[in-house]
Amino acid sequence: MIKVRQLVKRFGQTTVLDGIDLDIQQGEIIVVIGPSGTGKSTLLRCLNFLEQPDAGTLEIGDLEVDVTRATRQQILAVRRRTAFVFQNYALFANKTALENIAERLVVVDRWPEEKAQVLARKILERVGLADRADAFPVSLSGGQQQRVGIGRAMAAQADVILFDEPTSALDPEWVGEVLSVMKTLAEERQTMLVVTHEMGFARDVADRVIFMDEGRIVEQGPPSQLFESPRDPRTRSFLRKVLSENALIGE
Amino acid sequence: MDILDFDYMLGLVPVLLSYLPLTLAMAAAGMALALVLACLLAVIRVLKLPVLNGFTMLFISFFRGTPLLVQLFLFYYGLPQVLSFLTAINGITATIMGLTLHFSAYMAESIRAAIIGIDRSQTEAALSIGMTNGQLMRRIVLPQAARIAAPTLMNYFIDMIKATSLAFTLGVTELMGATQKEASGSFLYFEAFVTVALIYWGIVELLAWLQRQLEHRLNEAYRR
Ligand SMILES: Nc1ncnc2c1ncn2[C@@H]1O[C@H](COP(=O)(O)OP(=O)(O)OP(=O)(O)O)[C@@H](O)[C@H]1O
Ligand SMILES: [Mg+2]
Repeated sequence: MIKVRQLVKRFGQTTVLDGIDLDIQQGEIIVVIGPSGTGKSTLLRCLNFLEQPDAGTLEIGDLEVDVTRATRQQILAVRRRTAFVFQNYALFANKTALENIAERLVVVDRWPEEKAQVLARKILERVGLADRADAFPVSLSGGQQQRVGIGRAMAAQADVILFDEPTSALDPEWVGEVLSVMKTLAEERQTMLVVTHEMGFARDVADRVIFMDEGRIVEQGPPSQLFESPRDPRTRSFLRKVLSENALIGE
Repeated sequence: MDILDFDYMLGLVPVLLSYLPLTLAMAAAGMALALVLACLLAVIRVLKLPVLNGFTMLFISFFRGTPLLVQLFLFYYGLPQVLSFLTAINGITATIMGLTLHFSAYMAESIRAAIIGIDRSQTEAALSIGMTNGQLMRRIVLPQAARIAAPTLMNYFIDMIKATSLAFTLGVTELMGATQKEASGSFLYFEAFVTVALIYWGIVELLAWLQRQLEHRLNEAYRR
């Protein structure tokens, strides 16, 4: 269970997150949508302390953090309990696919090398890359890299995996394989918070869809409700725009 | 041809080569220490650690801004007058110290450039899984930076081997010092210095060849 209360983030004069309240149940799959520049990435990055929030509290299981007073130890603890999947994969270029996944277990969790490799291999199998264990990122396709990226997040055995537009940088041909790995994770009830423009994925997989605009959560609900009968005019106009775009590219 | 006394030169080669180990040892020690120091300085600069960053910038500026010979004289002849514990320092130690400080200033800047060249998103990924700054540097950033900086660092090593010849001005009998002694004994200055020049040249060419092999290897790295 994750509780976010009154999370605020400013960049200079602009308030990018304007008091976000969010509860995430264990095993819940949440998709976040909204216009560009609304603070979706910033929300995810604050939950992982890649950005230092300016106000608010964060509760992850038994860990409670007042973000303005977070100690170094607390920041590390939050990061260790939230995993991040990046839009541009951000794999470690000097590590093989297997090492990218095992790295966290060895360095952060201090597992013995062998034990870490066993789990990393299992994870590679689950993301369908058992045969590329010894490949370095440069020799993997975008889709394969992102699947390693997801594997790296899986290894964290975190309370939640944060996905920031995991398929946006991919050539269209690789989107499907990445989404299908994410669907498998969702079926296993891995808690996920996903920022994406893939409305099909949101509709099929999400328990709840959150619409954000200008640093606030405007509206949220099950996908059927949010997509079919959005209440807020901003949600309606956003959905009309993306759904017609999706229709144009033949989704 | 009697401009050059070939027999003398041939005879001189083994004599001079017996001083080569000292030359190489000073360069190797200087290089090893400079690498460690340069990494520290580079990391301080990249992380912009408060206070230390200022000192580091001053350090780099001074050691790049003054001649190596001046620095060596300062350590060997100057400082011991002020800091009595330095009087025990011998020429070899002073040379290694000077080479370390001087070259670390240059090397820090190339390591820093290499670090900055590494995609920032890898840093974020490392932080996101809960690595500390130290772990991030040791496991992700420095290994990659080392590969990027290796050719440049190799150049500095070659420079450093040549720079060890300055040790002779501190009374150290290394390759250059030995040549000077031999030459003043035989008065065949031209032959002696041509010989030592050829020896330095040979070593440098050998290293340059090694460097090309290394670069070839590094370009292959991370491609599997
Ligand atoms: N490091 C930063 N410094 C200054 N401003 C920033 C920074 N990061 C983000 N912003 C600003 O904060 C706002 C929210 O950015 P954010 O990336 O969270 O939006 P987003 O909803 O993820 O948009 P997109 O759909 O385009 O990814 C934007 O106006 C952006 O310009
Ligand atoms: Mg974004």
